[in-house]
Amino acid sequence: MLVNEFLLLGAALFCIGVYGVIARKNAVMVLMSIEVMLNSVNINLLAFTQLHSTAAKSSLDGNVFALYIIAVAAAEVGVGLAMVLLIYRNRRSISLDELSEMKG
Amino acid sequence: MLASDLDVAQNIGFGIIAAFMIFAAINVVRSSNVVHAALSLVGVMAGAAAQYLLLAAEFVAVTQVLVYIGAVMILFLFGVMLTRARVGKETDLNNKNWALGIPVALLMLGVMSYVLIKGFGDDHLEPRVPVSTAELSDSIFGPFLLPFEALSFVLLAAVIGAIVLARKD
Repeated sequence: MLVNEFLLLGAALFCIGVYGVIARKNAVMVLMSIEVMLNSVNINLLAFTQLHSTAAKSSLDGNVFALYIIAVAAAEVGVGLAMVLLIYRNRRSISLDELSEMKG
Repeated sequence: MLASDLDVAQNIGFGIIAAFMIFAAINVVRSSNVVHAALSLVGVMAGAAAQYLLLAAEFVAVTQVLVYIGAVMILFLFGVMLTRARVGKETDLNNKNWALGIPVALLMLGVMSYVLIKGFGDDHLEPRVPVSTAELSDSIFGPFLLPFEALSFVLLAAVIGAIVLARKD
């Protein structure tokens, strides 16, 4: 298989995630778009680790990195959703364009 | 070129899963129903797990199913249900100028596709045996031990932070 198949799939998913982050107003939907982007990055890492490993010696760095990204993404979702719930409790809304207190 | 060089079965499988993943991802960012978007996200994650299997990374694929589909999706559904009373269609999920995202995403896709096709034109992936879990754990607890410990601190901090943020008092 060509390595480009996986890399182009990762690029397409990443761009869809970028569109979601730009277009969505709901904070939960923005977090979901970020998850799409993280998944595309994992596909890229595993494609590269297979590209750089030979039949004699398999490289494992990409697999370890992918596992770390999965763990960090789980932590990020936990903290992110806790923040979203806090915002919802204080304002009864999670629209990101209403959060303008820090605007100068 | 021999027929075995073409990897027909893998390519067909890849194509089907990739088309499904892109369809589901577009549904995640376009759907006007939050729960439908969450279910499409399950599709993206399951497709990613299948692609990891095609890339001979079985432990990462299993971890993806357990952590993402099992845990992260439940968190997302809790987030949806705790912040939204309604489950049906909603009209105000998008920004006013959401259309600005389309040219940005297409421009990024164009630049990245150009660079990838130019850089990795026809580099082939060698077929190899799946990474064994024993090898992978030797790697995590050997050369990558320090990042592993740092990651455990990150998870601890995230747990404490989430409790502190979400606590009612």
